[in-house]
Amino acid sequence: MSETLSTAASPPTAPPPSPPASPPSRTLAIARLRDLALVPAIIAVAIVGFIVNPVFLSSDNIINVLQSMSEIAIVVLAQTIVLITGKMDLSLESTFGLAPGIAAWLIIDPALTRGLGLDFLPSAWAVPVVLAVGALVGAFNGLLIVRFGLNGFIVTLGMLIVLRGLLTGISGGQTFFALPESMTYLGSASWFGVPASIWLSLLLFGGGIVVLGFTRAGRALYAIGGNVDAARAAGIRTDRVLWIALIVASMLAALAGLLMSGRLAAVPAAQGSGAIFQVFAAAVIGGVSLNGGKGTVFGAFTGVLLLFMIINVLTLAGVPAQWTNFLNGTVILVALVVSRITGGKAQT
Amino acid sequence: MSATRQATTDGPVGDDRPVVEAVNITKRFGSTLALSEAGIVVRRGETHALVGRNGAGKSTLVSILTGLHAADEGCVAFDGRPAPPLGDRDGWRRQVACVYQKSTIIPTLTVAENLFLNRHARGPGRLIRWSTLRRQAQELLAEWSVDVDVRQPASTLTVEQRQFVEIARALSFGARFIILDEPTAQLDGAGIQRLFTRIRDLRAQGVTFLFISHHLQEIYEICDQVTVFRDARHIVTAPVAELSRPALVAAMTGEDVSMPEAVHRPLSADVPVLLSVRDLVTASGAELSLEARAGEVVGIAGGGGSGKVEVAEAIVGLARPAGGTVTLDGRQLRAGSVPDALAAGVGLVPQDRHREGLVPLLSIAENVTMTVPHRVGRRGLISPARRDALARQTIADLAIKAAGPEVPVSDLSGGNQQKVVMGRALASDPKLLVLITPTAGVDVRSKQTLLGVVDEVRGRGTAVLVVSDELDDLRICDRVLVMFQGRVVREMAHGWSDNDLVAAMEGVDLHHV
Repeated sequence: MSETLSTAASPPTAPPPSPPASPPSRTLAIARLRDLALVPAIIAVAIVGFIVNPVFLSSDNIINVLQSMSEIAIVVLAQTIVLITGKMDLSLESTFGLAPGIAAWLIIDPALTRGLGLDFLPSAWAVPVVLAVGALVGAFNGLLIVRFGLNGFIVTLGMLIVLRGLLTGISGGQTFFALPESMTYLGSASWFGVPASIWLSLLLFGGGIVVLGFTRAGRALYAIGGNVDAARAAGIRTDRVLWIALIVASMLAALAGLLMSGRLAAVPAAQGSGAIFQVFAAAVIGGVSLNGGKGTVFGAFTGVLLLFMIINVLTLAGVPAQWTNFLNGTVILVALVVSRITGGKAQT
Repeated sequence: MSATRQATTDGPVGDDRPVVEAVNITKRFGSTLALSEAGIVVRRGETHALVGRNGAGKSTLVSILTGLHAADEGCVAFDGRPAPPLGDRDGWRRQVACVYQKSTIIPTLTVAENLFLNRHARGPGRLIRWSTLRRQAQELLAEWSVDVDVRQPASTLTVEQRQFVEIARALSFGARFIILDEPTAQLDGAGIQRLFTRIRDLRAQGVTFLFISHHLQEIYEICDQVTVFRDARHIVTAPVAELSRPALVAAMTGEDVSMPEAVHRPLSADVPVLLSVRDLVTASGAELSLEARAGEVVGIAGGGGSGKVEVAEAIVGLARPAGGTVTLDGRQLRAGSVPDALAAGVGLVPQDRHREGLVPLLSIAENVTMTVPHRVGRRGLISPARRDALARQTIADLAIKAAGPEVPVSDLSGGNQQKVVMGRALASDPKLLVLITPTAGVDVRSKQTLLGVVDEVRGRGTAVLVVSDELDDLRICDRVLVMFQGRVVREMAHGWSDNDLVAAMEGVDLHHV
């Protein structure tokens, strides 16, 4: 690792007018290195996990880790998009519960579920309703943050509470169950022997890497997070981009919620409650700056992966459940320190 | 296209259509009249200065000339054609570009991406081609001979490099008319000279500049024409050579203003030594020893890397020195301790008022009394009445333009903010006043007030250190120590010539070459 770090540090001293063939490849290598800052940590955890329990590296366990992280990972992707623009969206965790909650409420038959639900829509509407709820929440956040210029932290904190309250209200604090297949399919189906939710989350991350790294719209997110006035001066429609970022993020959170509900075949009133802290932690560990303008989708992915691998190792090591929260918090702090050491720069 | 441009830009004369012409511009912001039937005509190939005190309407004119605001009345024309509509950003950018004091570079992105932001090179599938983008950026910077690695993040650029990159970006849009808004404010002497060389080169290639600066000597050095604004109106436009310095200042202020100079009263020999700095060595290696007597004003001059700011910060305790002692009125200051320096009676105007000088959202009263809670407190609680009384005194003494002590400092103009910083330094009745670049970015009139205060303070027996490379600041000093590369190279008594001092700051000795 020390060797790779030293190559990362050397280019400034290299003479700038080097032959035209070598610089692009070298920059690419450095950009990848910065992205790969957490990979040594991930490998280390994998080795420790294998020593603790050889089951850790079995394909079943790896699929288990990937599936358990797939829903939260999509929320991390959503949060990353918002963080890069220099805003933050706390309400994602409530959207995560509310969107499938509303779909279940509108669709399920009260006769089967002791009076829960309205049986108002045919079950085919499940996915569109979930996404529409996400889009609406994002648009409302955008209205308050972009249009009225309110502070994003406070607005989305308010939304977090309002949306959670809404879900508790419509469900009477109970769990929606007896979900139609249209709601459970994505969360429980298997494609080519691997759960669909893993495919979906990997696909979305791949899409995120391409959009944020290789399209003007994606680069506009970085420009806005780095210096909004400069972005505007460069002809970027900053308000519109922010709206879209908030709407896309909420829709991703809604979809992640649907995957979770599908996997559990139920929507508890507390679905996603408290998850936002883990989401922030994963994004920051993955190198996304809370100040905006910095971080990559791939980095965010390594952040989630590291967090869930450590949790899995602890489970395999037989750590009692009462200690899980203590250890989760410790893991976040340790992961921050590790990424500080391997990444070389303080996370902000 | 470039060929026809070249043909029409052979020289300042020979083409009657001005690059930009703004006529009878009136602009209101709410109840304030920012521009009143003002205008400007900039001819092709000239370097045109726009001067005026803070609030004269310069920034408003710039925002109208760059299409950020629409004028309420009047019209703007480029090359004799009316300006594009406000929404057509690309249309504006082909005509004019402005390098603002505030950076329009995005620090987290690479230089290459900053140059081609929102117009990235794209390949199949409308995906960005980073290799093409980097090559284009390299070509662009090479074309205008800017020596910067396009792959580095923009946050690593120096102020000077950033300006060059911004100029190159402006030129890449096709604009050949560039507005520089106080480009020299954050540069040191050598940096300013490099900028001027660049401006002259570009001028030879047919680029027209509108140059905004508070430093009049720069206007005489680099500009052909000067336009003066005052109180939202156009006052005069004249060739620089035909407007004498006093006449220019008079046009800016509406009255005759001369900079205060030290009324040179030789201090009598029995005045006690108040400040004694012995073998001070800063962490960066700069060295200084000096003695200052009560009522003496000592200048410490030097360019950007001379170490003058570092030694001053070591004296006041902002930075911990590597060695040496500072003794004020018989009391040795604890190294690197600001509270100890304050207690011993040191007042400081720091280098950067935005970073170290002010809390922008707090009121004038709170900022002024920040270092002297004991003077406005009673039994441990701060008395707002006493605080406001002290602040009102400061506002009156320093002629701060503000409605009252409760006004937040962020609402004040640059000159008045600097006066608040000065007021805070004076609030403790200091024995030693240290001023680091006290008049950076302030207008002529505020400059006069700030420097006038020094003369008043010395009369009360305070020793004053003026740390600056600004000749007007140094003129009030009894003697000037010139630093170069971390050492004091010359000491000049009052009455030095400008050339000698500037030469010494650049490390040149005119008499021994």
